[in-house]
Amino acid sequence: MTPLLSVKDIRKTYGSHIGCTDVSFDLYPGEVMGIVGESGSGKSTLLSCLAGHLEPDQGAVNFDTRDRGLIDTVQMSEPERRMLSRTDWAFVHQHARDGLRMGVSAGGNVGERLMAVGDRHYGDIRSKAVDWLERVEISETRVDDRPSTFSGGMQQRLQIARNLVTGPRLVFMDEPTGGLDVSVQARLLDLLRGLVRDMGLSAIIVTHDLAVVRLLADRLMVMKSGRVVETGLTDQVLDDPQHEYSQLLVSSVLQV
Amino acid sequence: MIELQNVSKTFTLHNQGSAVINVMSDVSLSIKAGECVALTGASGAGKSTLMRMIYGNYSTQAGKLLVNGVDVASAEPREVITLRRETLGYVSQFLRVVPRVPTLEVVCEPLLMIGQSRDTAEARAKELLTQLNIPERLWGLSPTTFSGGEQQRVNIARGFVHTYPAMLLDEPTASLDARNRAVVLSLIQEAKARGAAIVGIFHDEEARSAVCDREIDVTTFSPVAA
Repeated sequence: MTPLLSVKDIRKTYGSHIGCTDVSFDLYPGEVMGIVGESGSGKSTLLSCLAGHLEPDQGAVNFDTRDRGLIDTVQMSEPERRMLSRTDWAFVHQHARDGLRMGVSAGGNVGERLMAVGDRHYGDIRSKAVDWLERVEISETRVDDRPSTFSGGMQQRLQIARNLVTGPRLVFMDEPTGGLDVSVQARLLDLLRGLVRDMGLSAIIVTHDLAVVRLLADRLMVMKSGRVVETGLTDQVLDDPQHEYSQLLVSSVLQV
Repeated sequence: MIELQNVSKTFTLHNQGSAVINVMSDVSLSIKAGECVALTGASGAGKSTLMRMIYGNYSTQAGKLLVNGVDVASAEPREVITLRRETLGYVSQFLRVVPRVPTLEVVCEPLLMIGQSRDTAEARAKELLTQLNIPERLWGLSPTTFSGGEQQRVNIARGFVHTYPAMLLDEPTASLDARNRAVVLSLIQEAKARGAAIVGIFHDEEARSAVCDREIDVTTFSPVAA
C-alpha cells in the first residue's frame, strides 16, 4: 500500500533555536495520527511545515497526488501547492476566525471553496453549502448570517464544513477543540469521528489534550524539544508509555 | 488462533527512580478456535496485563504474540487497528465512550467501522440490546448516565455485535444479576460454537466452570515465583 503522506527527515530552525528536527513518518489512507507534547515542543511548527505554511530547512513531505503519485510538496510550485490545499488538503485552525472569512455569510464561506475548485452553478453551490451546514449541525436558517454572529463552537463547526465540502483526503488540525467549553468539545469530537469514519479521511491532529487523541487518533507521536520521543498505537502510548517524558505527560493529567 | 511464544513484560518507571518491575517472563501458550480459556491468579498476578498485551494495549518486551498470524508485539499501528476491527474483540470492565453519543450508536459502531450498512448494524444492535434487557426507551440516550450494570451490558452488546474470531473478556459477568449473567454466558457459548477463540478473566467461579474449557494460572509466569 502507498502511504498518503510520506515525511522524510523534516527540520526547521528559528536561528539557532530548533523548531523541530529529525521527523520522519508515513501516514496511510484512513489513518488518524495525533501529535502531542507540551507548548514549545515543536508540534505546531511541524504541522505548519507539513501543510506548506512554513518552509522546512530540510526534508521532504511527499503526498500521493491523484494524477502523479507521490510528489514532494516542499519542492512544488506555489500555485500547485495552493491548488492542493484547496482540494485534497484541508486545514482546521485552532481559532476559527483564522480559517473563516468573517465578513462573508456562512453559506458564502462554504461556497467559496467550491467556487475555488470550479463550481459555478449558484443553486448547486447553495444547496451543497446548506447540506454541509446541516451535517455540522448548523440550522439552514443561519446560512445567510455572518460567522461573527456565531458562537465559538458554531464557528468551529462552520470552519470544518468549509474545509470538508470539497472532499479532501488529508486534514490537518491544530488544536481543533482548544478554547471550546467541554460540552461543545464532546459534540465536536463526535462529529469529527463520524466524518472521519464516513469519508475515510486521513488526519493529523496537533493537540495537548490527551483525551482528544484517545478518542480520535489511531496512532500517536509524542514530541519534546523539537524531537519525536515516542510513537505508536494511541492507547499503547497512553496506557503503557515507554519514554520518560511520555510517562511524565500521561501521569500529569488531572483526573476529573 | 492466539499464540504466545516466549513473551516477556517489564514496566520501567522512569519518574519513580527508574524502578523496573518484571511482570512475566518466557510465557508460551496457545488457544485454538472454539476454545475458551480462563486466566486465573490473585489480584496483581498479571491477568489483565497479559490480556492487554494480547490486545496490543500494552507493549511487549520480548517474544511473539500471534493473533490470527499477526504478531501484535511488532506490528505497525495500522495493522493492529485492522486486527482489532476485524478479528480481535475486547470487552473491558469499563465502558469508555464519547459523551452524548446514543447507546444504539455506541453498539452499532463496530459494524459501521467494518463497512456494514446502517440497517444491518442497527438490526443486530437492537437484537443484542433486547437480549441483554436494556429497555428500548434508553437506546436513544447516552450510556454515560446509566447504572453500572447497564453500562456493562451496553459494553457487552458492543463487544458481541461483530462476530470476532478471537475475543478477550475482562470480567464480563461482574456486577450483573443472575438473569443477565445467564444471557452473557449464552453469548459466550454461541461465540465458542461459531469457532471463536476466547481468553477470559472470570472471578465468578460458576461462570468460569460453565464456559471455560481450561484454566491458565498466570502466577506461574511471574519471574519471582520461578
